[in-house]
Amino acid sequence: MQQITLGEAVNQALREEMRRDERIFIAGEGVGVSIHSGPGATSGLLEEFGPRRVKDTPVSEAGIAGLAVGASVMGLLPVVEIMFNPFFTIAADQIVNHAAKLRYLSGGKSKFPLVVRIKTGAGMGAGCQHSHNLEAWLAHSPGLKVVMPATPADAKGLLKSAIRDENPVIFIEDIILHWVPGPVPEEDYTIPIGVADIKKPGTDVTVVTWSKALGTAFKAAGQLEQEGISVEIVDLRSLVPLDEATVLESVRKTGRLVVLHEATRTGGFGGEIAALAAEKAFDALKAPVLRVTAPDIPVPYSKPLEDFYMPNEADLIEAIKRLF
Amino acid sequence: MDNQEKKKLLRMMLLIRRFEEKLVALSKDPQKFGGMMIVCTGQEAVAAGAGAALLPEDVIVTNHRSHGHLLAKGAEPDLIMAEIFGRRTGYNKGKSGTLHIAAPEVNALCTTTVVGGGIPIAMGTAFAAQYMNKDYVTVCFFGNGASDEGSFHEALNMASLWNLPVIFVCENNVYSGAQRQEEHTKVKDIADRAVAYAMRGEVVDGNDALAVYEAVQRAREECLSGAGPVLIECKTYRWGGHGTADMQLYQPQEEIAGWKEKCPIKKLQADLQQAGVLTEQEFQQMESDVEQIVEQAVRFAEASPWPEPAEALEDVYV
Ligand SMILES: Cc1ncc(C[n+]2csc(CCOP(=O)(O)OP(=O)(O)O)c2C)c(N)n1
Repeated sequence: MQQITLGEAVNQALREEMRRDERIFIAGEGVGVSIHSGPGATSGLLEEFGPRRVKDTPVSEAGIAGLAVGASVMGLLPVVEIMFNPFFTIAADQIVNHAAKLRYLSGGKSKFPLVVRIKTGAGMGAGCQHSHNLEAWLAHSPGLKVVMPATPADAKGLLKSAIRDENPVIFIEDIILHWVPGPVPEEDYTIPIGVADIKKPGTDVTVVTWSKALGTAFKAAGQLEQEGISVEIVDLRSLVPLDEATVLESVRKTGRLVVLHEATRTGGFGGEIAALAAEKAFDALKAPVLRVTAPDIPVPYSKPLEDFYMPNEADLIEAIKRLF
Repeated sequence: MDNQEKKKLLRMMLLIRRFEEKLVALSKDPQKFGGMMIVCTGQEAVAAGAGAALLPEDVIVTNHRSHGHLLAKGAEPDLIMAEIFGRRTGYNKGKSGTLHIAAPEVNALCTTTVVGGGIPIAMGTAFAAQYMNKDYVTVCFFGNGASDEGSFHEALNMASLWNLPVIFVCENNVYSGAQRQEEHTKVKDIADRAVAYAMRGEVVDGNDALAVYEAVQRAREECLSGAGPVLIECKTYRWGGHGTADMQLYQPQEEIAGWKEKCPIKKLQADLQQAGVLTEQEFQQMESDVEQIVEQAVRFAEASPWPEPAEALEDVYV
């Protein structure tokens, strides 16, 4: 199987889908000609598909998002890019007030099959105006689907599903994961949106996580395994729709739940998972549900401060041990 | 501007150039600081010229390419360097880093890396001047690319509507990321966008520090007399890539070489030498003074303590 990065997996998904369906176009700042010359999510697409289908845009996030909304209702399949998650806020009117609601407002008559790709994540020393995980904001907007892959293989299959989905899908890619390789099947495949994946089976405690934090969960699980604690890792992959069944089944099996995410704590999506367990698996819980998250601060620049921000395996191990 | 001030202007450009050359050199070592280093090499006349026209009480709002603006506003090289090194002694205790250094001590109140994000804020600081009947102006620096954001248009319209004392300085360095100006807007002169808001717009040679100084000085007076705002477009060029990670594959070599011929530092140096105002020896002295300032800043930063991890929790709220 090919070993490629998440960035390259995104690139393959875009390329294969664009070859398959002429209605798909991409747009964003530097998606054609970029300041980065290495292999990236959109590199080579301008060369293959030309400027009609690969649109470099001005620095105009509201315009980029609106372009997708308008083009999609006319039957095109836009895949637009918002460079970093904080800049999504400028596009938010078009995405939250329009993409998410216009179908509802049409009484189900119109559809908006668009994808917004957003890069996210701390760990690159860029500070809080580039690094800010806002997935919970997006998940809080009915009408949007929200996908956040952790592996290259998931990214490729989920992006294909996102492009083929008839609803607005927000596809959030961690920027550090962009450079991390993993095995990806060569053939055409999709991974359904709304289906979580048990990345590691276990019996004593369930860790629910997504995106880059999956790696942290694996590191902690490896160490705990040696101490006789068996961790089951559930990678949500999609926040909306949420795969409640997989989460609940795992919690019923282990009786313990820790939610791990890189985003800040208050109002984070981890609260949603905790509430799910409290509402629907209370009887199965042997211990309180814990959240391991970033503290409620903007992402700081300085290395020791950014390291402090990032929830790590020691934090997760400490939380898990409190449950026994 | 008298001869002494002209020499100061030259010295400031030299300081900005050498300070940022040092940053680029240091950023090659990932142990020093991570991320991409964004510098204004080739554009120093804009920062230095505008800075020279301002008084301490004047406010600046700037963007991701801000080191020059900050230095020209009087920010301390030591404290900027320490911030970029992520140290506790830096202007923002390591919270900001290179991209968002605020130096309220010199009224550099907002440095934002959200493109266009500062433009409405500058309108707001100008509103405060008018509201409180205070005699300061705000200068807002941003790039040609930023003038495509909605924030630019909303802010200019409001500033014009209320005659606010704000000078919008568009630093047109031809590029916005990898996109050339003609690939991101059909407008030839960003200054023309002032027309849409019934505001005065002006194009200035952004490689001529004296011309920038004079334009900002004029605009400042207009603003203080209640005839603001003004949009000044400084035509200049980004010698390097967008940041240090950029290989500049899209930037024609001849274009870069052509603009290097128009180096703002060389230009003012030559003008002053021809006018008999500056000797070669004085210029060499300037070079060595500036080098010492930069070396001292690096020493200060390297000797400074790192913040304790838990300091990350401080400064979120008052
Ligand atoms: C809202 C927003 N969108 C995108 C970016 C990414 N970005 C950083 S600088 C830049 C180009 C800005 O060009 P310009 O305003 O001309 O300034 P220059 O970099 O040329 O000085 C882009 C797209 C950003 N920082 N903020």
